[in-house]
Amino acid sequence: MMRIANVNVWVHDQDEALAFYTDKLGWEVRADATLPELGDYRWLTVGPPGQKDVAVVLNAIPGPEVMDEDSAGQIRALMAKGWLGSVFLQTDDCRAVYEELKARGVEFTEAPEERPYGIDSGFRDPSGNSIRLTEVKEEFSAV
Amino acid sequence: MPPRWPPVAFVPTARHVLRGKDLADARYSERIHVDDMAAAAGLSRAHFSREFRRAFGESPHGYLLTRRLERAAALLRNTDRSVADACFSVGLQSVGSFTASFTRTYGMSPTAYRAKYPPAAQHAQVPTCVLRVYGRPQRSTFREDNGSAPR
Repeated sequence: MMRIANVNVWVHDQDEALAFYTDKLGWEVRADATLPELGDYRWLTVGPPGQKDVAVVLNAIPGPEVMDEDSAGQIRALMAKGWLGSVFLQTDDCRAVYEELKARGVEFTEAPEERPYGIDSGFRDPSGNSIRLTEVKEEFSAV
Repeated sequence: MPPRWPPVAFVPTARHVLRGKDLADARYSERIHVDDMAAAAGLSRAHFSREFRRAFGESPHGYLLTRRLERAAALLRNTDRSVADACFSVGLQSVGSFTASFTRTYGMSPTAYRAKYPPAAQHAQVPTCVLRVYGRPQRSTFREDNGSAPR
């Protein structure tokens, strides 16, 4: 048996990311540890309340001692252009969560829209990562 | 051991340009223009257009238009709304220009396009974001017709 435990999301600034995922999305901090023996590497994970067994690692792009500057630059560029990846979130009430998040200052790139599989919307985190927020109809739900 | 993770965050210009691109994706149904995209990015129009092309390989004007055409095509496939209604629903005001742009881009008129693609239930599970990214037409020859039918 395997389960998904943590998923990495690169961010351009961990403090800004942390503020966004906690203050605006309402997620909780699962781990926040800075390790001097690893050159002050900061292991920072967050996750939504009610789903304790999966967390998102908000990872800073490492400096040249760990990652060559060319690779770091490519990640930074792809992130800024919004091509680095997506996190797909599910909710029971897309429109309600949309209103809630919008009121807290989340800028949606797609307002909730009826789709054959449910109601879908999307926004970005401060780094440019795409986040989907979807209310999936029962017949399309994997669970 | 010195810190390996520089504390100062660097925000590339492309991140600002992305705000302009996001505006096109979010508000294509309104009468927005490239000026509005540039304002969302906080850049002058000339600077924005240059940086947009550098980041995404096409002009912001072309991106906004193809986003509108992609959304209109989705309306033609998935709803029974009229061609004029599809045109106005994606922020365009001239049905004549819309029909011309659409035909040039998709290689067939909106009416023919609708007839060719009946609603496809097997595609129902594909997320909107995927449809939007993969469904947006190529438009490298804006305002020019090279005679070949796009994909």
